[in-house]
Amino acid sequence: MTLTAELRVTRGTFDLDLGLTIGPGEVVALLGPNGAGKSTALRALAGLLPLTNGRIALAESTWDGSDAFVPPEERPIGVVFQDYLLFAHLSALENVAFGLRARGTRKAEARTIAREWLGRVGLDGHAHVKPRSLSGGQAQRVALARALATGPSLLLLDEPLAALDAATRLQVRAELGRHLADYAGHTLLVTHDPLDAMVLADRLIILENGRAVQEGPPAEVARRPRTDYVAQLVGLNFYRGTATGTTVELDGGGRLTIAEPAWGAVHIAFPPTAVSLYSAQPSGSPRNVWPVTVAGIEPHAHTTRVRLDGAPAVLADVTTATVADLRLRPGDRLWAAVKATETHTYPV
Amino acid sequence: MRGVLVLALLLTGCGAPAATSDSGKITGGVTVFAAASLTETFTQLGKDFEAANPGTKVKFNFGGSSALAQQLDQGAPADVFASAAPANMKQVTDTKTITDVPRTFARNELAIAVPKGNPGKITTLAGFADAGKKIALCAEQVPCGAAAKKVFEIAKVTPAPDTLEQDVKAVLTKVSLGEVDGALVYRTDVKAAGDKVEGVTFAEASQAVNDYPIAPLAKAPNAAAAKAFVEFVLSDKGRAVLGAAGFGSP
Amino acid sequence: MTRRQVRGRLPVVLVLPAVLGLAFLLVPLAGLLVRTPWTSLPTLLSAEVGEALRLSLVCASLATICCLALGIPLAWLLARSGLPGRGFLRALVTVPLVLPPVVGGVALLLVLGRKGLVGQYLDAWFGISLPFTTAGVVVAEAFVAMPFLVISVEGALRAADPRYEEAAATLGASRWLTFRRVTLPSVLPGVVAGAVLCWARALGEFGATITFAGNFPGETTTMPLAVYLALESDPDAAIVLSVVLLLVSVGVLAGLRDRWISGPS
Repeated sequence: MTLTAELRVTRGTFDLDLGLTIGPGEVVALLGPNGAGKSTALRALAGLLPLTNGRIALAESTWDGSDAFVPPEERPIGVVFQDYLLFAHLSALENVAFGLRARGTRKAEARTIAREWLGRVGLDGHAHVKPRSLSGGQAQRVALARALATGPSLLLLDEPLAALDAATRLQVRAELGRHLADYAGHTLLVTHDPLDAMVLADRLIILENGRAVQEGPPAEVARRPRTDYVAQLVGLNFYRGTATGTTVELDGGGRLTIAEPAWGAVHIAFPPTAVSLYSAQPSGSPRNVWPVTVAGIEPHAHTTRVRLDGAPAVLADVTTATVADLRLRPGDRLWAAVKATETHTYPV
Repeated sequence: MRGVLVLALLLTGCGAPAATSDSGKITGGVTVFAAASLTETFTQLGKDFEAANPGTKVKFNFGGSSALAQQLDQGAPADVFASAAPANMKQVTDTKTITDVPRTFARNELAIAVPKGNPGKITTLAGFADAGKKIALCAEQVPCGAAAKKVFEIAKVTPAPDTLEQDVKAVLTKVSLGEVDGALVYRTDVKAAGDKVEGVTFAEASQAVNDYPIAPLAKAPNAAAAKAFVEFVLSDKGRAVLGAAGFGSP
Repeated sequence: MTRRQVRGRLPVVLVLPAVLGLAFLLVPLAGLLVRTPWTSLPTLLSAEVGEALRLSLVCASLATICCLALGIPLAWLLARSGLPGRGFLRALVTVPLVLPPVVGGVALLLVLGRKGLVGQYLDAWFGISLPFTTAGVVVAEAFVAMPFLVISVEGALRAADPRYEEAAATLGASRWLTFRRVTLPSVLPGVVAGAVLCWARALGEFGATITFAGNFPGETTTMPLAVYLALESDPDAAIVLSVVLLLVSVGVLAGLRDRWISGPS
């Protein structure tokens, strides 16, 4: 039983055109910048927004298409909304039981199932607490339990971790991963956070301006970005160019030497940690060396990220010690060096 | 020059001072508090008075006699009070707000009012005792209700009203809309209501005649004009206007 | 001068008019209380007054229930449906607010009266005649008071986040269930506030009531009508009746306030 969707929605000047398949048990993450159409896709799948064109079907049953539209309340779905949208006047237990009651489960049974779900997300003791008294992490877990309690075929997660602080996020992300692993249905995760997508999803779809620009397993996407946006997300230096053997003429100016020979249009990617900085031109060894100017310096995790203008422009991660040794300041002229073996070249 | 004076009086409003010019002519503003049932006739009389006394300006405050009496007792600035009932005039004389002896300038008597075509077939007071018919009367607290009570006592009829209205106009509204089959109102009201309401006279009416007294206020801002207006209402010309509206002469 | 003092001080430009406003509202009431002939109170509190008071409370409450039953769906329609011409409809809903109540009463007679557009059929087919009945009082009060409820509830609905309704839909709730279990509870404060306004307006209603339902003790004489007629003959009695109505309504509203508005559990 596979969920297949051709999502075509036109709203004003924006239009979404996204083909999507999700297998049973699979978690697909839709990753993209704000305004890319992620939420539109999610709302269309939920039935909150009818398609302009296209089709949504789970196995043989059509949810949306030219000849049918199943309203949201009749779709076997569960949605976790960005700010959870827990019903403020209902207790945690009543929130979780809401979907079951709405779908006709008797009150006592609905409460039993809801209580089980609260137990599963570790909130046994909070059954009668109103949402406003729950912490962010607790509210998120109630929202997840509410979405899963009805046993949906499709689980839609809309930025499920965005409202949490960094510390809580780490823990809730891990828990969410466990629940998703147990879940046999289809999951679509919408997020703009690459880490959420990498950790939680089996497959990523990168959405930009209403179109899928890249799709694949997280490791593949992380290693071989195909757009500047993806490269930025996964934190790689990324260039397009034309390869002739081990030399690549970059589209934006500059030239890089690569380890494996290639021909034609290629992408080149390498991590900022692969970049070394020198105050004078270094000599020897097969590496790329070119003059750069410091454009910006900012702390980045345990290292310092240096933005450098030049041909090509490049990001370099250097240790704090290096920053001190070189007495880095914006405007300084330096030499950047990258070993050919540290670059990764792949066809466009 | 006179135009300027009138304008000044208009600007200064109802508290305009008495202004009798050297020749004894009446000028200035006159404020008259008059019962609601006098609205049409007094508006006409006001115009006639202004025409007869160039330089005067008559302003009216029409309302329920009892409400007007209370306003006067509370010091409302007025020159003349024309009441629909001696009782309300007494309220004002009791407090010495009026010291002149009030004079009766008109009389009114009750008539049966029925909707056009008289669907309820009410032709006598006895018809008011029929609980199956919709009947409107004035509340006893207002003059027309007190008068109605009197005629029913005289006629030895116990009426079965469905509503006791706050004033004659409210009763007439219900008759003209056909909501009630019959009502007791003043003869002048039937006349003023036009062709949607028909009047039926009855014998006992003459035994409950309502007198309309008029008097100038003791502290009338324009005492001369106040006296002149009272005289004008009592004059033949005044009586002719009142008579045409259905009022009886005192 | 510490920062705390600066922040704690209330600006005179707000406080002065606020105090004047309060005085403007309260001084007339004080005037009533001062003039009340308290000693004659027992003699004036007749069975008829009790009857008028009971009728007032019953009719105002029934009118409020009618307004809730019809007004909440109307507010929902105005706030949530994509109905064309909603702005115009919203303006029409407020007509009873600007219409002089007596005119409203006449309008009701023209429609629901014995010879009215609808009333003539009610009379002919079902033998129902609303004027001069207690039901007529309820109708007149509901007509005048309903805009208060509709405006209040519509405002609350428009301020409420419609995404909660979407969340309910994704959980399988029909629109009716969503309305009952999600929308209505979320706008409850607006509904309560509207109902209180509605009830207060109905309780004080005079013009439309006396015009449409007339005035007959025990059947259609509510307190405001009794007060008005008492004013014609015995101003002292009128003051006492007003004060009784005032005390009862303030008591009821204060009770409701404690229970519903400021005391959420």
